[in-house]
Amino acid sequence: MHIPDGFIDAPVSLAAGGVAIVGVGVALRKTREVLAEKEIALAGLTSAFIFAVQMLNFPVASGTSGHLMGGVLAAVLVGPWTGALCVTVVLVVQALVFADGGLSALGLNIVNMALVGALGGWVIFRGLRLLLPDNHAGVTIAAGVAAGLSVVLSSVAFALEYALGGTADLSLASVLTAMVGVHTLIGIGEGLITGLVVAAVLGARPDLVVGAADLALPQPLDRAAEVPT
Amino acid sequence: MTAPTPGPTPGHRRRGWWYLAAGLTVALALAFFVSPHASTQPDGLNKVAIDEGFAGDERTHALADTPTAGYGLGGVDGVDDEGLGTGLAGIIGVALTFGVMIGLVLLVRMGRGPGAESPDHGEPSRTAATAP
Repeated sequence: MHIPDGFIDAPVSLAAGGVAIVGVGVALRKTREVLAEKEIALAGLTSAFIFAVQMLNFPVASGTSGHLMGGVLAAVLVGPWTGALCVTVVLVVQALVFADGGLSALGLNIVNMALVGALGGWVIFRGLRLLLPDNHAGVTIAAGVAAGLSVVLSSVAFALEYALGGTADLSLASVLTAMVGVHTLIGIGEGLITGLVVAAVLGARPDLVVGAADLALPQPLDRAAEVPT
Repeated sequence: MTAPTPGPTPGHRRRGWWYLAAGLTVALALAFFVSPHASTQPDGLNKVAIDEGFAGDERTHALADTPTAGYGLGGVDGVDDEGLGTGLAGIIGVALTFGVMIGLVLLVRMGRGPGAESPDHGEPSRTAATAP
């Protein structure tokens, strides 16, 4: 969903750049406050992994492909703010080194994929956690479903940006319908990949999954057993 | 990158390095071996742009002439094979994102100051000892 130069006009691109700067600034502050030492390497690894998987376009429908966006995957692994930073780093490297995603659209892409994708997706993930059991399966399903929905949310963000500053005169309904339609399909792939990776990390190193940190707390039964009698 | 400093649980720390090596290996393998086989069909946004008729508004990327533009090393001597170029671009990208993200995090941790508490062990931040 990398927006190239030329789709969205300068005022809306600039405004998105401002939002991106503020959002990334907050993410940097939050990361400084919360990031433990062992998570530094995981943050780098998460960013690198998302870059790699973003290269793997999978076919979704006739003549269309999609790839992982990674916002929810990053948020669940390293927390929403650091996760948003992970995706931002991927987007900056893609735009500056691989000419993927327009330079004038970098702010838009950070807003849609890093901020809406990771932060918006994290809110959906936390909501789903309330409905699902507090175990690895619950975390995995919440991550997968939130990841799928986050892609749709990002596609809605693009449609709104296009309505505000699109260089062609198209109705919001038309762009929105087309974007949500194809990104619902891509979201299924996003959900499956995110669920698989979260399940794999939970199996190997559950202590590293921020989205499952509450599961590491002693269960009420265990605590009862520790009470001296 | 931080050197493996002795922590309160050396076994746990060794497992930490093991997951890092495993994760990077998977990322590099995906980028090198799998990315040349990825679908080359337009992605969701490009498909919508084609269908809705605004794909032609796309302007050429300002960095389109750089060797790594478009995830290829097409213009680089010795890399004639398109798949190899894509794979090598993937390796470069994985290494860059890993390095930039870790550098960024170490940089913001420096701003936390030496007196701040490190949330992992409740010890003072080791930023001074771990900065490159």
